[in-house]
Amino acid sequence: MSLFLLVLIPLLPLIGFVINGIGFRHIPKGAVGVIGSLAALGSFAASVAVLLAFKEAGSQPQIVSLFDWITVGELSIPFSFQHDQLSLLMLMIITGVGSLIHIYSIGYMKHDEGFGKFFAFLNLFLFFMLLLVMGSNYVIMFIGWEGVGLCSYLLIGFWNKNTSYNNAARKAFIMNRIGDLGFLLGIFTIIATFGSVEYTEVFRQATGLPIGDPVLITITLLLFVGAMGKSAQIPLYTWLPDAMAGPTPVSALIHAATMVTAGIYMVIRSNVLYTLAPETLEVVAIVGAATAIFAASIGLLQNDIKKVLAYSTVSQLGYMFLGLGVMAYSASMFHVITHAFFKALLFLGAGSVIHAMSDEQDIRKMGGLRKKLPITFITFFIATWAISGLPPFSGFFSKDEILAHAFEHNKLLWAVGLVGSAMTSFYMFRLLFLTFFGTFRGTHEQEHHLHESPASMTIPLMVLAVFSALGGVIGIPEALGGSHQLAEFMSPLFDNSRQANPEAFMPISLSHSEEYMLMGVSVLVALLSGIAAYVMYISKASVPAPESETRQGVQRAVYHKYYVDELYDAVFVKPMRTLSNLLASFGEFFIDLFVDGTGRLVKALANLGRQTQTGSTGYYIFAMVVGIMVILFWNLLIK
Amino acid sequence: MLTILLVLIPIVTGLLALSVGGRTVRQLALLGALAELVTAVVAWTQFDPAAGTQFGFKYTWIASAGISFSAGIDGISLLLVLLTTFLTPLIILSTFGYDYKNSSAFYALILFMEAALVGVFTATDVFLFYLFFEAALIPVYFLAAVWGGENRLKVTFKFFVYTIFGSLFMLVALVYLYFQTPGEHTSEITALYDLILDAKTQSWVFWGLFIAFAIKMPLFPFHTWQPDTYTESPTPATMLLSGIMLKMGVYGLIRLLLPIVPLGLAQWGEVAIVLSVIGIVYGSIIAIQQRDMKRLIAYSSFAHVGLMAAGVFSTTLNGLQGALIQMLAHGINVVGMFFIVEIIYSRTKSRYLDHLGGITQKTPHLTVYFMILLLGSVALPLTNGFVGEFLLLAGVFEYNNWLGAVAGLTIILGAVYLLRMFQKAMFGAPSAASESFKDLTVSERAVLIPLAIMVFWIGIYPSTFLKMTEPAVHQILRFINS
Repeated sequence: MSLFLLVLIPLLPLIGFVINGIGFRHIPKGAVGVIGSLAALGSFAASVAVLLAFKEAGSQPQIVSLFDWITVGELSIPFSFQHDQLSLLMLMIITGVGSLIHIYSIGYMKHDEGFGKFFAFLNLFLFFMLLLVMGSNYVIMFIGWEGVGLCSYLLIGFWNKNTSYNNAARKAFIMNRIGDLGFLLGIFTIIATFGSVEYTEVFRQATGLPIGDPVLITITLLLFVGAMGKSAQIPLYTWLPDAMAGPTPVSALIHAATMVTAGIYMVIRSNVLYTLAPETLEVVAIVGAATAIFAASIGLLQNDIKKVLAYSTVSQLGYMFLGLGVMAYSASMFHVITHAFFKALLFLGAGSVIHAMSDEQDIRKMGGLRKKLPITFITFFIATWAISGLPPFSGFFSKDEILAHAFEHNKLLWAVGLVGSAMTSFYMFRLLFLTFFGTFRGTHEQEHHLHESPASMTIPLMVLAVFSALGGVIGIPEALGGSHQLAEFMSPLFDNSRQANPEAFMPISLSHSEEYMLMGVSVLVALLSGIAAYVMYISKASVPAPESETRQGVQRAVYHKYYVDELYDAVFVKPMRTLSNLLASFGEFFIDLFVDGTGRLVKALANLGRQTQTGSTGYYIFAMVVGIMVILFWNLLIK
Repeated sequence: MLTILLVLIPIVTGLLALSVGGRTVRQLALLGALAELVTAVVAWTQFDPAAGTQFGFKYTWIASAGISFSAGIDGISLLLVLLTTFLTPLIILSTFGYDYKNSSAFYALILFMEAALVGVFTATDVFLFYLFFEAALIPVYFLAAVWGGENRLKVTFKFFVYTIFGSLFMLVALVYLYFQTPGEHTSEITALYDLILDAKTQSWVFWGLFIAFAIKMPLFPFHTWQPDTYTESPTPATMLLSGIMLKMGVYGLIRLLLPIVPLGLAQWGEVAIVLSVIGIVYGSIIAIQQRDMKRLIAYSSFAHVGLMAAGVFSTTLNGLQGALIQMLAHGINVVGMFFIVEIIYSRTKSRYLDHLGGITQKTPHLTVYFMILLLGSVALPLTNGFVGEFLLLAGVFEYNNWLGAVAGLTIILGAVYLLRMFQKAMFGAPSAASESFKDLTVSERAVLIPLAIMVFWIGIYPSTFLKMTEPAVHQILRFINS
């Protein structure tokens, strides 16, 4: 029974994909949406059932093997699933938020001619994402890992008549592939070291290795390269803002709530390896902190509603890696969960705004929307409050936990995180104020058309708002009188780590008063930033300058995203094209010349002293053949 | 007994085709190729992977010299026979939408080609192997030279001279090896495995064999005949060349080079694997900026075959198993890709990416099959390309970590050039050439559906094929390590 339910979780979305994928030109729109959403909801129901059964059975991890996938000699890679605390948490997010986004899409994509294709791809995405978190070994994870990349590609380029969208899709796939190569090499190193890719076997053996073993550092770094690609960390983050070319529900599901958190999942899954490689954790923390602040700073000046949210996502993912880097594994997972709620909500809210604004995404052309879109406004407000880390909403608890661990680990990392947090609060309130307050700045036609979205869209918003507001209850720290149920639930995942490196797992040494102080500082910083945004965009009612205005100095650099895209273009893309052309012309020419030259040389040797002037290539080549034959005969048969 | 049937069926059908002529000839050819496929499948069902070479035959050819017509099927042979017999009917079917002048000769040549290929993959006598190896060149040469594009004569001449040149090296090496066999001499391949030669001689033999196979595949820097030939040949010939014939080279490495000259390999294998890896990167980079789809796929094929060779030269179980399954996968993908180019060309009269675009608007079916084959080629997990590339890269990585990492660039660069091609042809605004694009016909779908099924079969359940070849590969590895 349990096996059946478990298999049903990924199978239902796959069935949904096949039905809608094969029949999307024949099945009526209504049915398509129902099939797609039911697949997601069914998968959610099965996940809940498995979770309950898991708890009932005493929370023991279980592995279910389906069939032998790749077996070569000693190496055996079974197609098998593992369910434990971590995969179950991920299942709940993926299928839960996923279902809401499917329902939302029924309304949002209603008028799109590719409606069926859209739902098919969305289901396919769920399938791969579920494989990613359910697999019991690194190669099954890799199936999901690459599969979600494919779906991301297909959905970013969903409106494929538009070349810039297609370019964004391609960029996403290729940058992910760069990370994937790292991941793959990590897998090969795991195979070479442990002779297996099964989590249980790898971790069991790893526990016996010393802390800081070079092999473990290599493995963890290589896997982390994969995470940089998938979870958009420096230097592989530039695809994610471009990925906003996809329909907004896609941005919410794939590029905010689920796929981009795969990197965090992978690190938590491999926590034994990372705990034993402190040097790698140092790198993870630095990359995370740097990404958090770097992306947040870009977000300060963006004027496209989805771009702001995209940089915000990159930045929040940075926080999660910062948390992993300081070994606050369950805190990072906590942030994955709360972020899934509020960021999905923000994107869906943005979608609702875009829907009402007749596809306008520039916040300079919005304003005062709160009256016309009350539900969207209230839910968006809740999400903004949550992401800014203000109590009592969910983001406060999860972000603060990460920052507290960072503080304990390294004050500088904490300070960077704090500055990033100030920026987060500023750009989010800026976005909120410019969009929903002040006066409307769009065209008359747009104004006339303004409307709240249909129920299929607002209900998911309301559900997510509830979770964004209350989601923090699963992780209320002791200092605030809670028991941190999440950390308790996840605790068995770290048993191996604890055993291998007990020192690193000492409980937090901060006193309660220090914790209150840290909370106070971060809340204060977030509040001040919010107030600053209020003064600028409500009291002074200023609107960001139009595109045509030239910006100066730092502002200019930030506005142009520090010219990173331009840099990559100049350093990688263009030289690669030039090289391609060069090799195709000169490279091939010279090789041909060399081959021809060898022929001539041999001919000259073979016919030493004989004058020939036939000038025919055929003759030369013939002579060359004869010549080399003679040499070979001489060496092999005669000598 | 089955082996001889496998060689004879295409020859007999080919002769029939020559004598019949007219419009029915292609149905006849298809029937013959299907009968061949059925025979191969029968052999497959009766095959026992653990039992070594099976279904063999042996007739004395030159008794006094110990040379015989002998052939048989082990796991490696079976895999390639299945590939050949699976692809040939599809290649024949792919021509149904087009008219080729002098069609009886055209189809007869395809069938003769099939017979020669099956012969190469099953021969257990080294001279018989050589005979088929050379014989395979003749039909495909005529296919290219008679039915090819504008520059066909110049291009096919280069191709012909190049490969003949390579084969002669092999002949010298084989004759030499033959004379080293004890007593009355024998040319059985397994007898050559037992030869004990000093390292220096092995080096010479190594190069003799290597150059022959390197040209056939082709490997860097012996490849300059390939892009032109693939581009100028009529598509069925391109499919035969890329889908099956180049596997003769990889097969030759595994069947002859590795087990016969292990010491030569120990000395020169490093050079060979480095050349292979250079080819992967070199071919991939050139493919990025190609404008002619056929040429682009030609370079992509060149890059992919480099990885297969690298896997073989890694002399690891992973590398060899990867090379074998990748031969199957690559054959399927590349034939499918060339067919899709042909379909696009038949509608738009162009293969240039600049002239195409927006095709997907009119063609949901074509888009799906194209996408499936593309995913196979970029080695997405659960498609056929992944299993092969995963094992190949694992093998090369095992041999040397850095080489593995460089070879791994193929997964990035492959995505770069193939997605660019797909986007430029299929997405964007429809171009003038693709305005009135008709979606797939029934016979076109009949070709693409089996290919698509195989993409997923190999991707999802590769054990079918991995189990088939593993005992034979172990056998080969034993000779290398002894």
